[in-house]
Amino acid sequence: MISAPFDYIRPASLEEACRALGDAEEAGDDVKVLAGGQSLLPLLRLRLAYPSALVDIGRLPEPRGVEDRGDHVFVGALTTHDEVMRSSVVRELIPLVALATATVADPAVRHRGTFGGSLAHADPAGDLPAVALALDCVFVVRSVDGEREIPASEFFVDYLEPALEPGEILVGVRVPKLGPGWGFHYEKFHRTAQSWATVGVAAAVRLGEGGGGTVEEARIALTNMGPTPVRAHAVEAALRGADFAPSGSNGAPDRIREACDRADEGSVPPTDLHGGPEYRRHLARVLTYRAVRAAGG
Amino acid sequence: MTEQLDAGLVAERIAESDQLGRPSDAHEVGRARRRKEDARLVTGRTTWTDNIQLPGMLYVAFLRSPMAHARITRIDTSAARARPGVVAVHSGQDFADEQGSLPCAWPVTEDILIPDHPPMAVNEVRYAGEAVACVVATDRHRAADALEAIEVDYEPLEAVVDMTEALAEGAPRVHESGNRAFTWKFAQGDIDAAFRDAPVVIEREYVQQRLIPTAMEPRAVVAATDGETFTLHSSTQIPHVLRVMLAMTTGIPEHRLRVIAPDVGGGFGSKLQVTAEEVLALLLTRRLGKPVKWTESRSEGNLTVHHGRDQLQRIRIAAERDGRVRGVKVELLADMGAYLMLVTPGIPLLGAFMYSGIYKMDAYDFTCTGVFTTKMPTDAYRGAGRPEATFAIERAVDELAAELGLDPVEVRRRNWITHEEFPYTTVCGLTYDSGNYEAATDRALALFGYDALRAEQAERRARRDPVQLGVGVSTYTEMCGLAPSRVLGSLSYGAGGWEHATVRMLPTGKVEVVTGTSPHGQGHETAWSQITADALGVPFEDVTVLHGDTAISHKGMDTYGSRSLVVGGVAVLSACEKVKDRARELAAHMLEASADDIEFSDGSFKVRGTAQGRTIQELALAAFAAHDLPDGFEPSLDAESTFDPDNFSFPHGTHLCAVEVDTETGASRIRSYVAVDDVGSVVNPLIVEGQVHGGIAQGIGQALFEEAIHDSEGNLLTTTMSDYLIPSAADLPEFTTDRTETPATSNPLGVKGVGEAGTIASTPAVVNAIVDALRPYGVHDVRMPCTPERVWRTIAEARSTGPAGTGGPPEASAAGSAPTSEGGLR
Repeated sequence: MISAPFDYIRPASLEEACRALGDAEEAGDDVKVLAGGQSLLPLLRLRLAYPSALVDIGRLPEPRGVEDRGDHVFVGALTTHDEVMRSSVVRELIPLVALATATVADPAVRHRGTFGGSLAHADPAGDLPAVALALDCVFVVRSVDGEREIPASEFFVDYLEPALEPGEILVGVRVPKLGPGWGFHYEKFHRTAQSWATVGVAAAVRLGEGGGGTVEEARIALTNMGPTPVRAHAVEAALRGADFAPSGSNGAPDRIREACDRADEGSVPPTDLHGGPEYRRHLARVLTYRAVRAAGG
Repeated sequence: MTEQLDAGLVAERIAESDQLGRPSDAHEVGRARRRKEDARLVTGRTTWTDNIQLPGMLYVAFLRSPMAHARITRIDTSAARARPGVVAVHSGQDFADEQGSLPCAWPVTEDILIPDHPPMAVNEVRYAGEAVACVVATDRHRAADALEAIEVDYEPLEAVVDMTEALAEGAPRVHESGNRAFTWKFAQGDIDAAFRDAPVVIEREYVQQRLIPTAMEPRAVVAATDGETFTLHSSTQIPHVLRVMLAMTTGIPEHRLRVIAPDVGGGFGSKLQVTAEEVLALLLTRRLGKPVKWTESRSEGNLTVHHGRDQLQRIRIAAERDGRVRGVKVELLADMGAYLMLVTPGIPLLGAFMYSGIYKMDAYDFTCTGVFTTKMPTDAYRGAGRPEATFAIERAVDELAAELGLDPVEVRRRNWITHEEFPYTTVCGLTYDSGNYEAATDRALALFGYDALRAEQAERRARRDPVQLGVGVSTYTEMCGLAPSRVLGSLSYGAGGWEHATVRMLPTGKVEVVTGTSPHGQGHETAWSQITADALGVPFEDVTVLHGDTAISHKGMDTYGSRSLVVGGVAVLSACEKVKDRARELAAHMLEASADDIEFSDGSFKVRGTAQGRTIQELALAAFAAHDLPDGFEPSLDAESTFDPDNFSFPHGTHLCAVEVDTETGASRIRSYVAVDDVGSVVNPLIVEGQVHGGIAQGIGQALFEEAIHDSEGNLLTTTMSDYLIPSAADLPEFTTDRTETPATSNPLGVKGVGEAGTIASTPAVVNAIVDALRPYGVHDVRMPCTPERVWRTIAEARSTGPAGTGGPPEASAAGSAPTSEGGLR
């Protein structure tokens, strides 16, 4: 990799990192935080990013690891994807995170790339932003002035633009535990195992008690259907009360499918070599149906 | 003889070959030896060009045109010269008198246009990525940074991206002389008679999309001089050809130029080239008196390594109602890109003789027009011309079968050359020496479970499953073992097709084999050692193979076109035979017997009917000591051989592919893949297995994933591996492979070559399967690569244009939203 030149700062603690970041930004430097480097380094290689300085937090001892905190699970920003997907806490208590993380790139990337880095990069083609949005995660960020919390619905501002103020570092994410009765699925469509999602769908579905198969609540968010991850509110609303009985039985209309046909509402799908907007809209509908069926089934 | 080689068996073979020493009755040839070169290659304890560090070495970086076609009106390098660490900055103008023109060694017609091809553009750029200036600096980072300080003014000219438009009246010109490089014709038999009143005519157009070869090791060059002689290290497949061509291009006398290809990490034809960077590295080291190194980045490679394929094919088949083919007519447009490089115009012609495939017919007619466009030149890429030909004929034969309502295997049976008919001279004039298409096909059908898959297909069609199943057939042959020099001469190629080997008996009985082939992943060190061990009766471990350095291996034609074993391996065998002849003469002298009475077995020369003898090692020492040699006997057992084949070789095989097509998303998933190849006799089954696997993967890459895409301005959009997709193991199915062995009769080893077989066979097998899955929807073709979006659109278009009630499964609501004009790239 032959990137443009930059200053390299490797702080010894998170506090020092916040200070370094604050100082650099005050000095007018364009600073980027480097953790696992799996998104930032390719941008540097292609000279699509010209930061004047990198603050490398990749070797800090914390915030790292997964912790069960009662009503939510806290995932430290520096936890690698591999650690996340192997964590029994994650698998049992926030399974959607495990399902989506397992689809991230390949083992080499998952051993270096971090949970927080992937989210702070705010790439709508990444798998985790849609999951965070669907689950209403809370982002915990820190600066020299202290900590604040940002709800997922406000974190993803625009393409590659998170709601981080200058001098702020993402330290971790509170992932709410959904209670019993919820089913989960992450449906990812991609050209090769290592490609980004052409479209992805994160789905959480809660069916009514008593085995009736009626949707009580659903949370759906889409990967790569706009400059930010997209919450499919129209689908969520239309699914409420829909019957999960086998598709098309008794000649009744498949209300699940009808609901999922609204998946692309409010999306602004991108165009790239792997799909135009029209194809992506179509995929969003098909994949949302599959994700909801899998989550509820 | 057929022999199944599943993974378990291969593992067993490896264990066997590791356990056995060398029992005296065992042959090395045919043994699944693990490759002796692999330990150093996979651990990296070896020399790649980019590892080379020379004292005082400087680093080169190239500034490349951001436009496909433009006039250079001004270049200002002064700011770049002032950057730290910068030693020199040059534009093309600085080298205008010195750099010459990159060579094209294959003027296929007398009136071919071969435009001047300056290594660095001087006045005009003709493809995006063409070098316009270079920086030489004390490290590679400074060189790259300084590129940003070079100012270039371009006056844009119209890009020429599309071949058909390039040939239209009044089209903008890539070169003053015009956009038509050549038109080459070939005809046999009475093609008009074949098509006149033909009961069935199939006419199809296929697009061979442009591919990027993507060798694992990017190109790299190190050039150095002591003022008198020049040494060029390059990640090349052709050190010998390169030396000759560079001597002609740069004016450095050939005897003062040494070219070294150290270990090379793949080429697939992309390193069968004389590149601008190689020439400029030599010129820079000559100018600066210091060693220089250049290593490309992956994105730079995507732009400026020559591309492959890129043809528009129109194929017509005239046939009887029973499916028997009367004649084939082919018209090609071949995209040359902006210049003719080493063998650019010859690539489509390597396919010209293969459009008749394995089939008998009375007439054949072929026309190819080479077209200039403002894109990176095309040239050899795995299979080079033959995959294109095989794709067209194998796709078209499937179309013929569909048209006639016949099974595609049955149509092939009615047309192919039967095993009793060999040697068989095809309509194209090639004499196929041996083959057994029936055996390979029967074996493949059995392994594949053809009938069961057809039953499942019918069942899915009946139940209108959104996931449809397709079966694809490809019965290929290829023209390998390039090449008889006389034939190359008749095709106006600039060189011969022989290969050279030297076998040196060292005083201690060890053996050095010097080969003119230039392995870059193929395993020649292992295979040549096996051939030598058997021929001379020495242990496999006692043989070292030297290659890739013109000061060590002075003569060779290098590695491409499945030629190394078929030509180079035979040269090794032939040199070994000469060593044996000399050893026999020496043994006869030492044993006081007549040479006619000396028998050779197991490395010993014995007097017939006695136990008296000398081992080859003893004879090597005796020749070295030279105390007691026959009169006039030179004190050496060494021998060399230059082998020029009489004929090509013709590997063949049957590949079968089952694909599940998800009609809702357009995704294609290969469910099973069976390859039964006949590559003649086999020196090392493990190496053959590896070549087949890699080849199939690469052919699947063309079918499903790969395409170099340009925008309308001629800019390459697929400059990274997230845009130019190549399949990894995770994207591929298990391959079931097997072989039939019908030895070649044209060489003493009976070998045919295997380097390109998988790639040639697999592309049509996959696409045939996808089209087969979608025939109920009215689909007759899917343009490659068969991306999910393209498959989805093809289904939708067939539905909207096809006759009503053509039987496609009903549309589920989400699946049925037909595309409108909202967009999407092709």
